Amino acid sequence: MGNPHEFIGIFVFSFRKLTYGREQLSYLNSFNRAATASGKAMTALQLVLTGDPGLFAIVRLSLLVSLGAVLFAALVGVPAGALLALTRFPGRDVLIVILNALMGLPPVVAGLAIFLLLSRSGPLGSWGILFTPQAMVIAQTVLVTPIIAALTRQTIEDLWVEYRDEFAAMGIGPGRRVVTLIWDARFSLVTALLAGFGRAAAEVGSIIIVGGNIDGFTRTMTTAIALETSKGDLQLAVGLGLVLIFIVVVINALAWAMRHAGERYAG
Amino acid sequence: MVNRRMVLVAAALAAAVLTTPVSAQDKSIVVSSTTSTQDSGLFGHILPLFKEKTGIDVKVIAQGTGQALDTGRRGDADVVFVHAKSAEEKFLAEGEGVKRYPVMYNDFVLIGPKSDPAGVRGMKDIAKAFQTIKEKQASFISRGDRSGTHIAELAIWNRDAGIDIEKDKGPWYKSIGQGMGAALNVAGASDAYVLSDRGTWLSFKNKGDLQILVEGDKRLFNQYGVMLVNPDKHPNVKKDLGQQFIDWLISPEGQKAIANYKINGEQLFYPNADDRSA
Amino acid sequence: MRAQASNLPLTFLDASIVARDVIILNCVTLTVASGSPTILIGPNGSGKTTLLRAAMGIIPLSSGRITWGDRERDRPPNSAIMFQRPAMLRRTAAANVRYALAASSIPRAQRRERTAELLTLVGLHELGSRPARSLSGGEQQRLALARALARDPSVLFLDEPTASLDPYSTKAIEDIVRTVSARGVKVMMSTHDIGQAKRLAGDVVLLHRGRLIENSPATEFFATPHTEEARRFIAGELLI
Repeated sequence: MGNPHEFIGIFVFSFRKLTYGREQLSYLNSFNRAATASGKAMTALQLVLTGDPGLFAIVRLSLLVSLGAVLFAALVGVPAGALLALTRFPGRDVLIVILNALMGLPPVVAGLAIFLLLSRSGPLGSWGILFTPQAMVIAQTVLVTPIIAALTRQTIEDLWVEYRDEFAAMGIGPGRRVVTLIWDARFSLVTALLAGFGRAAAEVGSIIIVGGNIDGFTRTMTTAIALETSKGDLQLAVGLGLVLIFIVVVINALAWAMRHAGERYAG
Repeated sequence: MVNRRMVLVAAALAAAVLTTPVSAQDKSIVVSSTTSTQDSGLFGHILPLFKEKTGIDVKVIAQGTGQALDTGRRGDADVVFVHAKSAEEKFLAEGEGVKRYPVMYNDFVLIGPKSDPAGVRGMKDIAKAFQTIKEKQASFISRGDRSGTHIAELAIWNRDAGIDIEKDKGPWYKSIGQGMGAALNVAGASDAYVLSDRGTWLSFKNKGDLQILVEGDKRLFNQYGVMLVNPDKHPNVKKDLGQQFIDWLISPEGQKAIANYKINGEQLFYPNADDRSA
Repeated sequence: MRAQASNLPLTFLDASIVARDVIILNCVTLTVASGSPTILIGPNGSGKTTLLRAAMGIIPLSSGRITWGDRERDRPPNSAIMFQRPAMLRRTAAANVRYALAASSIPRAQRRERTAELLTLVGLHELGSRPARSLSGGEQQRLALARALARDPSVLFLDEPTASLDPYSTKAIEDIVRTVSARGVKVMMSTHDIGQAKRLAGDVVLLHRGRLIENSPATEFFATPHTEEARRFIAGELLI
């Protein structure tokens, strides 16, 4: 695998190029060009088959934003959920109820809150990231973290009940316990991550507010569908919807296969 | 070993997603404009031309006129480009904008179902058409979102037709709080009347049974203006790049680009930057 | 395997455990010395499991003391416990044993060899790479025993280790217990199977409703029980 620094460098460079493809390609231009050229409407599926760069830019952004959000949500939510499962303190039950309730946090509400924070006239305005993909990742992370944390808590707590005696018998310290539980529960936790991803990939309310649905910059599959629907371009909207569903199904299938293989190995 | 690699990948992804591409070459401005202008497809036509000439990326946030101006007031945009002169002048009076430049105009049209339940087809007087709709209690969709179109619609009710629509509206009057495309969708689905700008109407792809029923009245005239957000109030405003955009819009080149934007051979917007009174 | 003779005898002094107004252990005074296995017998609910867990430091006493050697300690030195229904870590059998070795701070370099030794001891050396949860009940019990022995304990507590096993597996476990005991590990085991007590015991301790009824060497206990409850229990009656 060579020098890890090289690897990171190339990786970051290519991802930046991917995220910030600055050509401002409008899938719509492609769509319109195709429509006038052939004289009949071309569906989004055909755009996929011809590898339309504008459409791919949208898909690419959707995946980066949602996967990025799941990644950060996992970094925060898995340890938090595990700790909540294993510790006892006053108010713990209240916290669990709140966490479960936050799973249903309306995306528009989250979007509005982040918007007010990131606006130039808001407390974090100096960051200058409103109407950028970063703001969208933040908003979706806020939405997804409670899901991952709550599901992690449930999973870890169930496993903890099973392992508790053995941990006590083997004299395992608290840090080691957390790591062991998370590792042994990893396949169930993948399901939690998938639930989070599903939520992120499906929502439009928060990212349309904090992202602004800017053509070529913050337009994702869901926000594009919202826009095309409101413009009356239902054929394109349906096509985009099918592409989105297809991608979500593929990701779920990959996760299932990974879990299946992993479980056969480790039991 | 796999775990360590995964951590590296995760870190790289994190770095890529979170770091802002801050570089001197990163020339972009945020323009807050209206959904009607966006939905008409004008930006898709003129912005690439502007980018080619100046290398500046224009990021358009499309909202109702009211929201677009508020975005400027919050300093979240560099330039505002809307079509509601009274609201724009208020914006200037508050010191939020530097100067207003007229750019172009188009017109509004009254859209309704082919069946025309209120019988307004072909009327030359828009106020009379509105009065008739109210008398017949025919379904009417209002954008209700403080947009330029909404403000124009209210002006026709209140100023021209003499109807205090807020007080006298009934269940036939439906205020949806959304953009022009959404309003047209709702009108089409419920066989209702709706006031629309011609640009959005021409590029709308779900017309169904809807048609233009009334047009041409001088009161349906719709003027667009552009303003730089005041950098004294919001130091983050990119005033040089923003002014370049404004200058291009009102330049002969920009005006020509606007005039050249056509759908099915029909021109949508009429440039009038030289009309001082607009 | 080393036997830390200085850790024994294990002594319970007036040990009681009360939970939610129910007396689980009632003033138990008992001395467990090194040597042949001590077998705890008694009906279900008599407190056998609780006594073992208390000795292991998993459950705190409500009153009374537990001393090892002459000293009172929080955690028993160098002991291990195997539960009636052991939990298998979601990994291979060998990984389970390696985990226990790591928990006992055995250096990484030695772990592979020790794992092989332990698996061989419990007769699982061919099943090392199988997922632990896919093993049969008897195999899982033996694996749990290997985990417990990974700590190189001087005292080994076993809580009804063969209660749910078939005779073949039961014999396998009993053989391991004998082997381990012969190597100097003090075994303290609970069972409700009188036959097993007869087979394995050095000393027999009878518990009933949390109280210590009788404590004597096996031959004495079975031949001439001192208490009425002991006599009835040996005779196969239900102790209420």
